[in-house]
Amino acid sequence: MLKNTEKSFGVVAILIHWVMAISIFFMFGLGLYMVELTYYDPWYRGSLDLHKSIGMLLIAFLVIRLIWRQINVKPNDLPGSKLEQTAARIGHFVLYALMLLIMVSGYLISTADGRPIAVFELVNVPALPWSFDNQEDIVGEIHFWLAWALMVSVAGHIGAALKHQFINKDGGLVRMLKVNKEN
Amino acid sequence: MKKRMLSAIVAAGLAISGMAEAAEYKIDKAGAHAFINFKIKHLGYSWLTGRFNDFDGKFTYDKSNPNASKINVVINTASIDSNHAERDKHLRGKDFLNVKKFPKATFESTKYEQLNDNEGKLTGILELHGVKRTITFPVEKIGEGKDPWGGYRAGFSGETSIKLKDFGIDYNLGPASTHVTLELHIEGIKL
Repeated sequence: MLKNTEKSFGVVAILIHWVMAISIFFMFGLGLYMVELTYYDPWYRGSLDLHKSIGMLLIAFLVIRLIWRQINVKPNDLPGSKLEQTAARIGHFVLYALMLLIMVSGYLISTADGRPIAVFELVNVPALPWSFDNQEDIVGEIHFWLAWALMVSVAGHIGAALKHQFINKDGGLVRMLKVNKEN
Repeated sequence: MKKRMLSAIVAAGLAISGMAEAAEYKIDKAGAHAFINFKIKHLGYSWLTGRFNDFDGKFTYDKSNPNASKINVVINTASIDSNHAERDKHLRGKDFLNVKKFPKATFESTKYEQLNDNEGKLTGILELHGVKRTITFPVEKIGEGKDPWGGYRAGFSGETSIKLKDFGIDYNLGPASTHVTLELHIEGIKL
């Protein structure tokens, strides 16, 4: 149930997939929204604190997810041509790489001056002991464009899942929604 | 005859350039004995201060002819530093300095009026955020003289308050924070 099998994703993989998916969509919207807020908006500070806090949690989730992926069985690829399967593998790699880079770049913006990031005012994530010139600007630009790149990649990911589900009819979407118990 | 005339011209030329050189100073950027600071009210409850870390310029000054003094300064706007990366990023962005579009701010004096031995009024054109405006502000001479390392130095301070909106920066920081005070502390080494 919890772990993956050759035929099905387990509860842990499914849950972490959706928690991250929803959080990342929320973060994308929040990111675009918060930078437009005016100085006197009651959310001016809180929105940024929330964005940073969720971002730090997402790094933790991503690390756990990658470890879980390594120590678990990987469900079989969905049927498809060699080319499609290779494309899927590359696509998934791109999604993971973008998520990691966005989270790390976000961390580097807020810690550029050596300040830690307070996660929900509970835990402080310290800054790295070094930084480079104009780090917050350069990394900020990267953070912005990678976030858009992730959204484009996610659109492709959703498109592929829908194609599997409704055109190939191989359950490509449903397998990320419920555990297949017939083993 | 011709030769003598030529040497007279050369001598006169040297004298003139020598005079001009004698009064020209380079801002001591290398030794960081010059500062461009700013301060602005935060919500009306306190002062927020910061500075520009990278700028350069020259001035001319001669005690015997102070009203001929000139100064020009070029500021790298991206070097703004308010000791907070997130705020500096915001200040460099489109809401404020827009440093990508306006990487430089400049001040070029047009007039100096000596009031007494150590005080004067400096007028010049400040270009900030792509907007040029003439500003006038009081300047104080702090001192001048030989330094211990074989050079000659002179230093001035000046302070002025500018309205951000005048320079096209209209991000709303609240009614108490419409103006920013610029403080200049300049030391020059005679060239």
